[in-house]
Amino acid sequence: MTDASAAHSSQHPPYLAHHFTDIEQQNESGTLGMWLFLLTEIMFFGGLFAMYAVYRLKFFEAFREGSHRLNVAFGALNTAVLIGSSLTMALAVRAAQLSRRKAIIFFIILTMILGIAFIGIKLNYEWSADYREGLVPWMSFHVESPNAPGVRLFFCFYFFMTGLHALHMVIGLGIMCVLLRMAAKGRFDEGYFAPVEVTGLYWHFVDIVWIFLFPLLYLIGGRY
Amino acid sequence: MSAALAEAPPETRVHYLNANYGIKSWLLTTDHKRIALLYLASITLMFFVGGAMAVMMRIHLIDPAGALVHPDTYNKLFTMHGVMMIFFFLIPSIPAVLGNFLVPIMVGAKDLAFPRINLLSWYIFIIGASLTLYAMVSGGVDTGWTFYTPYSTTYANSQVMATALGVFVSGFSSILTGLNFIVTIHKMRAPGLTWFRMPLFLWAIYATSIIQVLGTPVVAIAIFLIGLERLFHVGIFDPAVGGDPILFQHLFWFYSHPAVYIMILPGMGVISEIITCFSRKKIFGYHFVAFSSMAIAVISFLVWGHHMFVTGMSVYAALIFSVLSFLVAIPSAIKVFNWTATLYQGSISYEAPMLYALGFIGLFTMGGLTGLFLASLATDVHLNGTYFIVAHFHYIMVGGAVMAYLGGIHFWWPKISGRMFPDTWARLAAAIVFIGFNLTFFPQFMLGYLGMPRRYATYPAEFQVLNVMSSAGASILGLGYMIPLIYLFWSIRYGPVAPANPWRAKGLEWQTSSPPPTQNFEVPPVVTEEAYAYGPPGSGREGAHD
Amino acid sequence: MSVHVEPVWLYVLVFLCLMVLTATTVGVAFVDLGSFNTLVALTIAVIKMLLVVTFFMHVRHSTALTKVFIAAGFLWLLLLIAFTLTDVGTRQIPQQPEGWGSATTVVPPPK
Repeated sequence: MTDASAAHSSQHPPYLAHHFTDIEQQNESGTLGMWLFLLTEIMFFGGLFAMYAVYRLKFFEAFREGSHRLNVAFGALNTAVLIGSSLTMALAVRAAQLSRRKAIIFFIILTMILGIAFIGIKLNYEWSADYREGLVPWMSFHVESPNAPGVRLFFCFYFFMTGLHALHMVIGLGIMCVLLRMAAKGRFDEGYFAPVEVTGLYWHFVDIVWIFLFPLLYLIGGRY
Repeated sequence: MSAALAEAPPETRVHYLNANYGIKSWLLTTDHKRIALLYLASITLMFFVGGAMAVMMRIHLIDPAGALVHPDTYNKLFTMHGVMMIFFFLIPSIPAVLGNFLVPIMVGAKDLAFPRINLLSWYIFIIGASLTLYAMVSGGVDTGWTFYTPYSTTYANSQVMATALGVFVSGFSSILTGLNFIVTIHKMRAPGLTWFRMPLFLWAIYATSIIQVLGTPVVAIAIFLIGLERLFHVGIFDPAVGGDPILFQHLFWFYSHPAVYIMILPGMGVISEIITCFSRKKIFGYHFVAFSSMAIAVISFLVWGHHMFVTGMSVYAALIFSVLSFLVAIPSAIKVFNWTATLYQGSISYEAPMLYALGFIGLFTMGGLTGLFLASLATDVHLNGTYFIVAHFHYIMVGGAVMAYLGGIHFWWPKISGRMFPDTWARLAAAIVFIGFNLTFFPQFMLGYLGMPRRYATYPAEFQVLNVMSSAGASILGLGYMIPLIYLFWSIRYGPVAPANPWRAKGLEWQTSSPPPTQNFEVPPVVTEEAYAYGPPGSGREGAHD
Repeated sequence: MSVHVEPVWLYVLVFLCLMVLTATTVGVAFVDLGSFNTLVALTIAVIKMLLVVTFFMHVRHSTALTKVFIAAGFLWLLLLIAFTLTDVGTRQIPQQPEGWGSATTVVPPPK
């Protein structure tokens, strides 16, 4: 037993942490840990979704009015951009699985560009327009409507939810910067790509949140 | 297991405590055992800070008109007592100290799955605790530990932001700890350690971790919203602009009711270990005890509304929550019955950990049964907001969780420190804690039943006798908590050297030396038997090394 | 963990499906379906989520454990929303039955 473990530790690959028996255990632990983290994220956004559901039922007309002040075209465009970034992220993971080191870097950069494009569209064409139109509840809110308090609540949720989502994207972009450095050093190959895979899971989750935010915020009660 | 190795004095052997020295070797450690000790030191500090506030409250309440502090200060005292004790002592107590120390050893691994995240979670905890301590010294907070809106968002003029931020931050520490435990238990069990060979402590910790992972984010978002509401006055919880303050309570109790089980479930795990060891018997109904932990974790998420019966919540929702609340009694009762059945015909010995465990069973049963009064709608209308509730949850939190924590600390102290504690003192302290506890909180059941409301700085003169009894009990209880602090410190230096297995207990943690080496085991263990394989009584081999 | 390398066309196909679904959800929003608009929008969102989870996040090759965890996450979210709505949706003061609690029929207190 002792001999076996000594022989085992001498051939420890550099990326295998000392407390794992083999790389499979390490990878599985990392993936499982990320999924658990995503569970907490589901519940974190879930609290907001629950409150959103309550107020949407309570002030449906006001929420509808608020929703119609948003720009569906930019919302849909951003959905496409984000789904596109999910595709490139999935391709980055695939490149890592196949040890294609240049492709990893290429697809991570592409994902980052799309992520930055999403945030850019959000900031430049949506939030700033909302500010000019007086839709930001605590900065410039003046809406002439009998439903004004409800509309204000809608915009609170709009900014909380999209803001929290954008924050998650910024964190994701930060992680990808680290990933890029590791990839540039040639750290990933078919034997070790857990960081790419785990980041991918996180990024897809952020995508899923947006998949729900888009209809819930932009398409309330139809736009006809 | 070589006996010579195990019995050698700790000074002559390299173990996790003397593997390296210096402040950096502690603050930058990724060894789960050292992180457990970091937690132990931090939460002990928080416990005595929170305890000091309890003492001040009890002194204040000796006189019906209030003996010590201004009523505003009293509001801050009970708030900070609750915040300190719940978020910074009870929730991290057994999971972060005993869990951190024991989970990797019990599964036969070298460390938790994510050692650096484990250290990170301690630092997050310290940031949260520092913020809360800062809030305390810079004026305190008076919202009650529950941060009920709209008071906390609109009217309170105390340090709500700093405290809320502290609680918010420390929540992430709890999430990361739970996440680490779940992955460790799933992925790092030693060869042969199947799920149904695991010690029940691991089942309890697993169930607790599920609650931490699924519940804590919800309270985080609720507290986050309080912060936004205070900063921007957005009106989500303000009825004046269409908000709904009761929604905050939904989000808050969605976590904070299961959080009660974060505090008590690991305690139940500790008790299962102690009872089996000191009655030298296999636990009665292993599968039932294991699954009851999981059942408690799941059901705990379905009952939060019983905190809100008198808030203006829908009567129909209250009915559903009331019925579901009764369900929690079933798995809890299963555990109590199985512990008592384990005692039956066991060869019981009364070492200090066992005294705490027996105290736990009695006090937890009382706390649990009085919980049924509060789960039934009509009785709750009378008892809600009285000292009956205060007494009920202290029977669970202090009589249950703290007794189990102290029992566990004593039980595993030889393993943690490599030294034995003085047994006579320990038994004396256990008895003092038990007596002091009952004298403090039993009168509060009566006070509550008679109608004395909680959270008031003054009270009618007819309640004075019971209040003085309670205050007297609190001073005994305080003494009971000081004694272990002193002799445990003393034992680190002067206590007799502990053998590897002083209680002749089963379980992987007793097969390695005391204190364990940094890698936990000299040889990676292989599990070949069921948990608690104590021989049948009278066979002459109960608890023997075999 | 055996690594499953998916072909590129599969990812692209999933991406195209997601795009079509996005276009559909926007298109349907401009058709008056009454209260069914919400239902359709949410159904499409759930389908999109399942596509992302199954293919992009490789859950179709994941262990049963991962699947159970994901299911648990959504179940718990559902619990939170469902119980909260149970309260908010039924929150009115129930009608008192005839003769209960009115000032004229106060029950005399027991001696």
